[in-house]
This record gives sequence, C-alpha cells and structure tokens, in this order.
Amino acid sequence: MYELIMTHLNDVVAAVLFAIGLANLLFQKNMIKKIIGLNIMDTSVYLLLASQGYIRGLAAPIMTDGNTDAGNYINPIPSGLVLTGIVVSVSVTALMLSLTIRIYKKYHTLNLDEALMRVRQEE
Amino acid sequence: MNILMIIMSVFLIVCAVAVSFTRSILSSIVIFSAYSLIMSVMWILMESPDLAITEAAVGAGVTGILFYATLKKINQIDINFYKRGPLDEKNKNRPAGDISAKTLKASAAIYRVVALVCVLTLAVLLVATVLNLPEVGQISNPDNNEVSERYIEKGIEETGAINFVAGMILDYRAFDTFGESNVLFVATICVMVMLRISKKRDPGEETNAEEEEVSDRFYEPANDTILQVMSLIIFPVIMVFGIYVVLNGHLSPGGGFSGGAVLGAGFILYLNAYGFEKTDRFMNAKTVKWITFIALMVYCLAKSYSFFTGANHLESHIPLGTPGAILSSGLILILNICVGMVVACTMYSFYALVRRGRI
Amino acid sequence: MEIIRNFPFFSIMICMFSAIVTSVLPAKAARYLTRAALIAVMVLSAVLLVNLRGSGTSFPYMMGHFPAPWGNEIRAGELEALMALFISTVALFSVMAGMPAVLKDIDEDKQNLYFILVDLMTASIISMIYTNDLFTGYVFIEINTIAGCGLIMIRQIGKSVVTAMRYMIISLVGSGLFLIGVTMLYTISGHLLMPNIRESIAELADNDKYSVTLTVVVGLITVGLAIKSGLFPFHLWIPDAYGYSNVASSSLLSSIVSKGYILLLIKIFYRVIGFDIIVKSGVNNILFVFGVTAMIMGSLAAIREKNIRRMIAYSSVAQIGYIYMGMGLGTKAGTVAALFHIISHGATKSLLFLSSAEFTEGSHSKEFSELYGTGRKYRGSALCYSIGAFSMVGFPLLSGFISKYMFATAAVGHNLKMILALGALALSTILNTIYFLKSVIVIYSDDPKKRRPQSLETYLSGAGGMMSSKMQYFCSIGALTVINFLLGIKAQTIIDIISEGLEVFG
Repeated sequence: MYELIMTHLNDVVAAVLFAIGLANLLFQKNMIKKIIGLNIMDTSVYLLLASQGYIRGLAAPIMTDGNTDAGNYINPIPSGLVLTGIVVSVSVTALMLSLTIRIYKKYHTLNLDEALMRVRQEE
Repeated sequence: MNILMIIMSVFLIVCAVAVSFTRSILSSIVIFSAYSLIMSVMWILMESPDLAITEAAVGAGVTGILFYATLKKINQIDINFYKRGPLDEKNKNRPAGDISAKTLKASAAIYRVVALVCVLTLAVLLVATVLNLPEVGQISNPDNNEVSERYIEKGIEETGAINFVAGMILDYRAFDTFGESNVLFVATICVMVMLRISKKRDPGEETNAEEEEVSDRFYEPANDTILQVMSLIIFPVIMVFGIYVVLNGHLSPGGGFSGGAVLGAGFILYLNAYGFEKTDRFMNAKTVKWITFIALMVYCLAKSYSFFTGANHLESHIPLGTPGAILSSGLILILNICVGMVVACTMYSFYALVRRGRI
Repeated sequence: MEIIRNFPFFSIMICMFSAIVTSVLPAKAARYLTRAALIAVMVLSAVLLVNLRGSGTSFPYMMGHFPAPWGNEIRAGELEALMALFISTVALFSVMAGMPAVLKDIDEDKQNLYFILVDLMTASIISMIYTNDLFTGYVFIEINTIAGCGLIMIRQIGKSVVTAMRYMIISLVGSGLFLIGVTMLYTISGHLLMPNIRESIAELADNDKYSVTLTVVVGLITVGLAIKSGLFPFHLWIPDAYGYSNVASSSLLSSIVSKGYILLLIKIFYRVIGFDIIVKSGVNNILFVFGVTAMIMGSLAAIREKNIRRMIAYSSVAQIGYIYMGMGLGTKAGTVAALFHIISHGATKSLLFLSSAEFTEGSHSKEFSELYGTGRKYRGSALCYSIGAFSMVGFPLLSGFISKYMFATAAVGHNLKMILALGALALSTILNTIYFLKSVIVIYSDDPKKRRPQSLETYLSGAGGMMSSKMQYFCSIGALTVINFLLGIKAQTIIDIISEGLEVFG
C-alpha cells in the first residue's frame, strides 16, 4: 500500500486537494473562502493532469542542442491543457469576486445563506 | 519520487487545510497565495516551466491581487454604509425568525449532511481510482504515444517553435486556445456588466460614478512615497520582462498568457503607486476597449485563415522562418502578442473595475 | 459540396466574430449585428442539413493543418446540423421577442454587452454540438457557463445576483467533476479526440483493463454535466434564475443553455465511450432514477408556485427530467425520444416564456392573482401562451404530444423501467395539466374581486427600429407557435433525421 501511494504520490495529493477544495466550496459560509476553495479544487485537477505528462528524468519540452528525439523530453500536451485551465480559473475567480462585491453592496454580508435569507424576506 | 516533491506535496495539503480552518479572511488569502507559489515550484519540479511561470504570474500574482482588491472594496462599502447612516438599516435589523427563514435553516442542515456524505464518498472514490491509474513518471504510460511524439519530433519543422508547448497550443490545438481567449473576453464582459457604474442610473445602487471614485481615494489621499520610488525602479523591469516573455513565447518558457499577466500586474503596480490620474493617460476605457478589440480581431482573422486553408488543403502562405530566431514560427509570434495584449488589458480592467467601477 | 463542408466552421466563427465586433459597437448596431449573425447561422445550418439529408454520412473538419490525433477537429452530420439549426432559431426568436424587455431592463450603455453574451453563448453551444475533441468541449462549457451567469444577472437586482452566485457555485462543481473525468480518460486512453479515445477504450475493454476506472470516469463526466444542466437535486438555482432574470435570458437559458450540456453528454455517450459500455456500467440507471424523480418533483413544485414565471421554470425542471429519463432507458429509441424532446421542449418553453411576457409586463406582476382577465386584453400573446401550454400538457397535433408518445413507446419492453416510466409519465402529465390549465383559465377569466385590469403602458410600447417592436414580437411568437404545430404534424421527418444522425454517431 505504502509503495502504491509513493508511486502515485502526485495523483493522491491531487485527489485529496480536490476533496478539500470541494468541501470548502460547499461548506464555507463566507463567499471569499468559497472562491478560494474553488481555486484549490481547480489547481488540484491541474496537478493531476500535469502529473500525467511528467516523465521521470526527462527534460522540459523546449528544444536544446538541436535534439528532437521524443525520448528526451516530457509530454507537452498536459502542460498546454493546464495552461488553458489556469486562465479559465482566473476568469471565473474574477467573475465570482465581482458577484461577491455586488452581493455585499446590496445585503452587507459575505455569508451566502444570509444573503439568500434577505432575498426571501424581500418577497 | 524525489524528496523535494514529497515535501512540497505535504506543504500543499497543509496550506489547503490551513485555508479551510483559518478564521480571518485576510490570512486565508495570504495562505492561498503561498499555496499557489508552492504549486509553481511543483511545476518546476515536474519540468513544466511554462506552467510555473504562468502559475506564478496568474495564480500567485494576479489572483491574489484581485482578492485583496475585493477585501479593500468591501471595507470601503462598509465605511460608506456607516457614514451614510441607516439607509438600509431597516432591512439589516429585521429579525430572521419567520417561517421561511426556519425552513431555510432546516434545508441548510439537510444540505450539509447530504453534501458531507457526497464529498467523503467522492474523496474515497477519487483516491481509489487514481491508485489504479498508470504510475506517475513512466515513459510507457498510454499518453506518451504518437501524438506527443509528433509534437516533439516534427514540431519544429511544422510550426517553427522551439518551445513545443507553444507550438502545440497555438498551432496544433489552436482552436482550444482561441476558445480560452474568449473565456477571458466573456469574463471581462460579465465583470463589466456587474461592476461598471452606469452614467444614468443603476438599479438598486445609491452611489454614482463620481462618488465611487472619490471614496476610492478618500482614505488614502496621499500616495506612498516608498511605493512610488520602488515602483519607479521596478515598473520598467517588470515591463521589459513581460514584453520579453511575450515575444519569446516560441523560444523559451512563457508566452502570451504569462507575459500578459506580468504586464497586467505591472500596470496594477503603477496604478497603486501613482493613482488613476496618471494611469488614465495610457490605460483608459477607450484604449482598453480598442486594444482588446484589435488583438482579438487579429487573432480571429489569423486563425480563421489558418483553419480555412488547413481544412481545405490549401497552402498557407505564412513563412515559418528559421527556428530559433525571434522573427520565426509564423503565426505563433503574432498570436502570442495578441494574447499578451488581451490578457494584460483584461487583468488591468478586472482590477480597475473592482476599485472604481469603471476602467 | 466542398464549400458546404466549411459551414459548421463558418457558423462558429460568425458568432465569435460578431461578439468581438459588438464590443466596440453602439447598442443599436449591436442589436442588428446579433440578429444578422443568428440569421446567417440559421441559413448555413439549414443548407448543411438539406445537403446532408439522406446521405447517411458525416464528415470531420480539421481546425488547422493537422489531421485527427494531432490537431483539433470538428465534425458535422445530420443530427449536428439539425441541432445547430434549432439552437440558432430559438436564439433568434428569443432575442427578437425579448427585445423590449432587453431595452427596458438594461441600461443603454450596457446593452451591447448583453448582445456579446448572446453571441458567445450561441457560439459556445454550436461548438459544443460540432466538436470532435473533449478538451475543446471543456473550454466551450466554461464559456457557456460564464455567459449563462451573465444572462442571469443582467438585470442586476439583488435576487438575480444572489441566484447567479448559486448558479456559479453549482456549475463549477460540475465543471470540476467533468474536467477530472476528462483527465482520467486522457490518462488511460492517451487521446483527446473522440474517435481516438473510442478506439483506445475498445481495446481496453477487450483486454479487460481499467474497467472500474472507466466506470468511475463515466460517472464523473455524467454527473458533472447533469449538475450543470440542472437535473433534479441540483435544480435549486433554476426557479430564481428563470423567474427573475430578463425574459429573453429566461427563454435562452431554459431552452438552449441547459440543452447544450445534454447534447454534449449524448455525444460523449455515443462517440467517446460507446453506448453499450455505458449500459453495461449501469450509469444510465442512475440517470433514469433521477430523471423520473425530477419529472414528479418538478411538477409538484410547479403546482405550488404562485408566480407564473417561476411556475414555467419549475416545469423546466420536470422537462429536463423527461430528457434524462429517455437517456436512462438505455436504448436507441429512448435517446431518440430524448433528442426529440430537447427540440420540442426548447420550442415550447421559449414560446411560453416569451408570450407570457406581454401580459405579465402589462399587469406589472407575475403573480397569478394579478393576471385575471389579461388574456382578453392581450389576445395574440394569450392565444400563443395557451397553445404552448396545451403542447406542454401533450395535446395532439402539438409537439408535446409526440414527445410524450415517443417516451411511452420507448419505455415499452423494459419490465421494471416500463412501469416506472409510464407511471411517471402519466402522473407528470396529470400534474402538468393541472398547473398549465390553471394558468390558462386564470388569464381568460374575470377577477373574482371584480377588479378591472388597468390600462398601463404595455410591454410593446418601446421604440421600434427597422421593424416595429410589436411586429417583431408577434412574428417571433407566431413563428414559435408554427414550429410547435410543425413539430407535431411533421414529426416523422425530424425523427428520421435524429435516428439517421444517431446512426452515424458511433
């Protein structure tokens, strides 16, 4: 078991981080902390994805010394995909922060449940 | 598995747990920035310098700044709120004891129990599943197949980019990356819808644009001299570095996204040191609008041309140049510049919109 | 034929292009450009559909200079063309009929931003329909999510902003699950393009490798997309989002945005994993159970609702349940019924939202107690609303009848599932009848308190354009009504296209 975890260390860390992030997203009452949880969840997926591209002992995927043998470099695909993902998460973060500001302006609370309660009272 | 990676993994989990249990929002944001920085080291250890530079600029840099700006804004709303007096006070003090509130509380309790069970099941399921995945770091894994082989072995000949990641995202899989720029674009639009204060009226808002701007500067009327002197030294360095990263995207780690984020962060630093009057001279709503428009337009037209010629088996008349030279790799350089401009403008406008309700 | 192959690509790029140009246009020009772009996409999709009709083929289209496993690819067949036609048609009519509400609810200097959101939303759904690459699918899902959030909170009142936050949280959980599923799928198959993943999976299935992992992957992807489309336990944001946002947004969100995810899910089932593997793994049974629950719970919630817009929104929850129930049957007939229902529900729901706009705006309230007698004041829209309501109930000659009939016939032959499905169909139809007929009766009857509906400014009093807004409004809801009748009378053609398209799917 120990052996198995050590060979899959990055994957396991990613899975644990995903759960922590998701728990934060669902259970934190404070919206800013929810957004941090969301970011942790996203980065954990990127960690999982990038670990699949990593090959032990090989170099970063940038040509050096005119060597273009695939056996010398790690897999560039996951890096590219994660790059896309990082940009998606920063966009989503900015969007959710601006929603937070709007909610705070209107209801003076960072607690989503409380804001929801105020909405119900308005009716 | 080397020892440094294990240490970093432990740090990551410690940070994530610490974020969850810290009371103060400010400390949890600081811990989150540390988390991003550790993640960036992790990318270096995993031989992905492109990701490291992007994570450091975007994750630890701009995301953190946006969080701080939000906190500042919330403080400011509070101060205005108490200064202005009980405009909304009636609403605030209303007892939350009616029936709808009670049912809401009950349903929240049920929600928490169900969600807890779901999260725990998911955690166990995910850990069990990843243990069944192929071992990390083996060359025999299924994803190291003919696809990545061609990106590396033929990449230079077909795209002209020495950085295989740049060649892959901006040429082989350019449609994804085009979509990604549009994610940034649509997010800016949404943030603008929400935070830009209209000239005429603003439903549910009592502030107008001028007041917002005054209150932004009201509590720190004088700019900090230390910050100004330091940023005078650092700002040019940041700009040169950002432009270097953008222009060398096809030769070295980085590219449009990371370079653009660095540039955006540089503008934000300048703004903090010298205030809006100074930045308005070169970054205002009009320039941001037109730079974004031109960059996206060039991107859209260039990629449409390459998609169209590619799919119809027409020859594309774009020279690839000599690999390794700065003016090489065909469209990749142009696209990197476009992406860099879009990202820099987007990051700046996120920050400016949070601060004063307009770009 | 050669140039026609480019049409899917043109459709996507026209929408993107129009979004980018709109960012520097004034509001009025933005309105014309968006409508022109949607009409162009409609025409292109229709021509493509006519050309592919009966050929029984589909073709891939390289996005760039590199073929399948290396470059991005999109793929078009009859089903994709039909869906693109449907999406652009509904989007066009929603924007046209919802225009007075857009002009009224949104500040003039933000109106062009609204049209950017509409353009990007359409572009992302069309890309999700045509894409042949899973990661492209993920990127466009995110665009769709963010644009959807923009559509919800465009009115910027407290309710819609809070709802937008809840929507984002629920959707992002869905995106996270979807992305982790895609990651694992990439890890075990080594590809991102759909046909290549399919090959690898077939090989893995032959060697009996990773069968548990594959089930988990299918589960994660399915649950992720089901969460995003608002399947029953995850529907909490729907009533507020559809109920309080702008009427054009409500119509777009209910009839298109949530359907994009379902179409992508069907595509993944057939083209990536293989439907037989799905049925073997039993994931479809989960969908079936949740679908049946949604059918009942959504209808029950709709009966209790006093606000007409929220009632229609709850009815959407139930209809999403119908679609997942059809997919959960695990047969081709079930999927065909689900696909037909996507179209039929899209046409009907947008009709209901848009036609109810005139009398809710006219009486300045969405509560039933204020709507008495409005049907006789606003005859045209009330007639269209009634037709839509009858279609939802499943009245013959209308599209709703055909979809209910197809679900029923598809369910026959599965012992336990047949009883459950037919029972749920019958119960849900009865509940549908109760609440939709109630709304029709209310708008046509006198106020028990003898109040006369006051003559206030109406929905359509806003300024016109090239065509007066009144004409635009009635043309659009009239066209949607005609589409409802066409789907009811000429259903066989659509069903043929769907089943032929599904045949070449996988």
